[in-house]
Amino acid sequence: MFGKLSLSSIPWDNTIIMGAVSVVLLLGLVILALTTYYQKWTYLWKEWLTSVDHKRIGVMYILLALVMLLRGFSDAILMRMQQAVAAGTSHGFLVPGHFDQIFSAHGTIMILFMAMPFLVGLMNIAVPQQIGARDVAFPFLNSVGFWLTAAAAALVMVSLGVGEFSKAGWSGYAPLTERQFSPGTGVDYWIWSIQIAGIGSLLTGINFLVTILKMRAPGMKLMRMPIFVWTTLFTNVLMIFAFPVLTVALALLTFDRYLGMHFFTSTLGGNPMMYVNLFWIWGHPEVYIVILPAFGVFSEVVATFSGKPLFGYRSIVYATAAITVLSFSVWLHHFFTMGAGANVNAAFGIATMLIAIPTGVKIFNWLFTMYRGRVRFTSPMYWTLGFLTTFVVGGMTGVMLSLPPADFVLHNSLFLVAHFHNVLIAGTLFGLFAGYAYWFPKVTGFPLNEKWGKRAFWCWLIGFYLAFMPLYALGFMGMPRRMPHYSNLAWQPYLIVAAIGTAVILLGIIFQITQLVVSIRHRHDTRDLTGDPWDGRTLEWSISSPPPAYNFAIIPVVHGIDAFEDMKEKGIAYLQPHSYHDITMPINTGKGFIIGALVFVFGFSMVWYIWWLAILSALGMLFTVIARSMDDDVEYVISAAEVEQIENERYRKLPSIAGNRHVDGLIPGG
Amino acid sequence: MIKINCHSAFAGLQGFCLAVFLSGCSGIPLLDPKGPVGVTELHDIGAAFALMLIVVIPVIFMALWFPRKYRASNPNAEYNPKWRNSVKIDLVTWLVPTAIVLALGTLSWKETHRLDPFKPIDPAVRPISIEVVSLDWKWLFIYPDQNIATVNQLVFPANVPVSFRLTSDTVMTSFFIPQLGSQIYAMAAMQTRLHLLADTPGVYFGQNQQFSGQGYSDMNFKVSVTSLNQFNAWVKKVKQSPDRLDLARFKEISKPSIDFPAASYSWVEQGLFDNIIDKHQNNRGNLAIAPRKESISSGTH
Repeated sequence: MFGKLSLSSIPWDNTIIMGAVSVVLLLGLVILALTTYYQKWTYLWKEWLTSVDHKRIGVMYILLALVMLLRGFSDAILMRMQQAVAAGTSHGFLVPGHFDQIFSAHGTIMILFMAMPFLVGLMNIAVPQQIGARDVAFPFLNSVGFWLTAAAAALVMVSLGVGEFSKAGWSGYAPLTERQFSPGTGVDYWIWSIQIAGIGSLLTGINFLVTILKMRAPGMKLMRMPIFVWTTLFTNVLMIFAFPVLTVALALLTFDRYLGMHFFTSTLGGNPMMYVNLFWIWGHPEVYIVILPAFGVFSEVVATFSGKPLFGYRSIVYATAAITVLSFSVWLHHFFTMGAGANVNAAFGIATMLIAIPTGVKIFNWLFTMYRGRVRFTSPMYWTLGFLTTFVVGGMTGVMLSLPPADFVLHNSLFLVAHFHNVLIAGTLFGLFAGYAYWFPKVTGFPLNEKWGKRAFWCWLIGFYLAFMPLYALGFMGMPRRMPHYSNLAWQPYLIVAAIGTAVILLGIIFQITQLVVSIRHRHDTRDLTGDPWDGRTLEWSISSPPPAYNFAIIPVVHGIDAFEDMKEKGIAYLQPHSYHDITMPINTGKGFIIGALVFVFGFSMVWYIWWLAILSALGMLFTVIARSMDDDVEYVISAAEVEQIENERYRKLPSIAGNRHVDGLIPGG
Repeated sequence: MIKINCHSAFAGLQGFCLAVFLSGCSGIPLLDPKGPVGVTELHDIGAAFALMLIVVIPVIFMALWFPRKYRASNPNAEYNPKWRNSVKIDLVTWLVPTAIVLALGTLSWKETHRLDPFKPIDPAVRPISIEVVSLDWKWLFIYPDQNIATVNQLVFPANVPVSFRLTSDTVMTSFFIPQLGSQIYAMAAMQTRLHLLADTPGVYFGQNQQFSGQGYSDMNFKVSVTSLNQFNAWVKKVKQSPDRLDLARFKEISKPSIDFPAASYSWVEQGLFDNIIDKHQNNRGNLAIAPRKESISSGTH
């Protein structure tokens, strides 16, 4: 009836896991209780869970990412604590196997359930508005994509308390992930969660590619698009080309595990090296999927807060294109030590180094954007400057690793771990935080508190250096990654410093939570009625904050790069149109949520071999999709009169400085 | 005018970095290599590091200096709100990284070929052959010429090239002696090669560098590099050991275990290494897993 699932699947005896599960359940119950108490269930369902509005979906993506950031970071704390104490004869406080689950979950979560939802959330929030569109090309698909991601994240969370998560690393190398070596449900949780999330990402990629190519405002030629739109476009191209490879690799592994096939086994004709190749053919472009949008955010932020157009716009576009193409030609650098010949290794090593050229160009362009600008030190700018000074170190160590002879001694060491955290934290995460602070007032109508934001920044920056510089040194001391315990006592002092660094980062996260609370409490005093708190340059700042459902009452006409700056210069930015038209918008639907819920049930029942439930939920999904395709009533009309009423309200509240203005008082910390 | 010889400046920089690296680094295995492979790899790392600093130092400097100088509160700084292009700067930003990557690429091509782990250290010298088999979670070393074997301890003479053939009887692992240089994966059903040389006698640490499951942390081995005489004496001693590595014994030690004590065997079943590969490749040979009913195509191996 319940497949492999029984009461003994729950790790009752592991106090750490049970504690974590209790905290998660408690928080969940508090949220449920509060929703009930304030009678917000209808609101939640009608306005959020069923929403097909890109702005709402963007917010839900980012909320999901922040929750998963807390989960992934808890894993990081446990790992650092374990390695700080598990030296010599001590085996630390984690039971055998638990550490392996933790590092596997940490990697999987941070890449697929933190970085990906966060950047897709920012895309959702900013891209349609930056191109002067009212929504994405396929609003329902957008909702499905989100709920697939959320269902997959829920599957990872459930693995905490029911069964176990994979112990084979986030990259899940075969044959370790084959049934022979990993008979438990952990690998299956890992497979199904990233399989589902991957399909969600593919849908997002298609959706945004079409949105950007087909839905730009009149006059917005490709070479007038904001850089964030450009980086999103290239990211979507990467998603569309890379994710199917992951889907296939995981499907083949699934056949091996569920049907006893031999694609990646080391016996009977299987070839584990094939898995490693396929995984990184997705995995390396994935690295650029998570970094390119961050580059886009930095481009927007640095131009806005330098009061200047981005330096070398064309260069940045071409550099991004070059990175996109090159990212498919370097995957082998993840396994120079697998025994490929010198020609192959050298070729992939040099291809890897080539990526440093366009990346270097971008860095110089950001620097020269500040040159002869008027730099305002807001918190998005802090993250950007932290990125510029720290990311280059990660870039440098990356180029070192691209040299096969250097990789022969540094591969799989803590030097490698330090390198990719150096680019993922200082690059991706700082970029996501910059985007979060930058677009927060657009989404909510009030800015984040700058004081707490800057405190959080310093904690993250200092914490990062404390946590990861020792790992570079440990790489040279010969310490491999993924060690639950070790005998070499010389490593311990460095690992203690790294643990302290993690504590400093924890402080930063606490400050970020404080920032959010303080900002919401003070929202009435800090409310921004202009829609343009930063003196922005792109179209999203031309509309109110938060924007109306339809974003633009009248679709703007674009005459150059930095379209809104152009309007402000011409003095037409705040002219109210004489008349409005009816606007057609998509109707909310619960079918995305239902598909997500069914996918979750499907994934869970596949993990536990509950075949009847898997079949039922799969049929349910099929039925929901068919039902959706029968829906004729998918759009509603906002009448011109309603639009006029909403817009009049906005113009009435607009401070009298409308026109070409720059109001210092409105710029927090400015 | 001051003329700076680029090459000597570069060499000086590199020397400086290496000096910083090497000062008091006896506790840092990669900075204290005991063989030519490790030494060359350390030099390559140093060269790449120095070359990269040409860009990294100015970038960090500019990233601190530009925002400070052009801060909004500085009334003396020039403000040029329309300035967005400069062909000169574009050229520099594309060409300088390109030049560095050209230099690094050349270095990479040469060094990757020189340090190919499959390539013998010195074709003129007959190396010591050692066959490495990774097991859950221990290392088996077979000396085919001496017909002896050890577990979790490796002994070979200094200044004689060592030629490793590696395979795995379990998942992927990576064989690595940090102070001697290059690691290489050991994988079931196939053979990889590694050539190393130790130039200083001593005791070094060897490890598995690729996560392989529960006993991964303890999958270490001691490497004793001795003189040639000591090595020969050691072989003689092992030959007197009562322990022999026949198939039954191999099956016993290949069972998963953690913290397997170092062991040595005076005799090894002929062709054991190839048999282990054969078992995974075709499920053939005298280690084949339980016979299967359906015929197994031998494929194209």
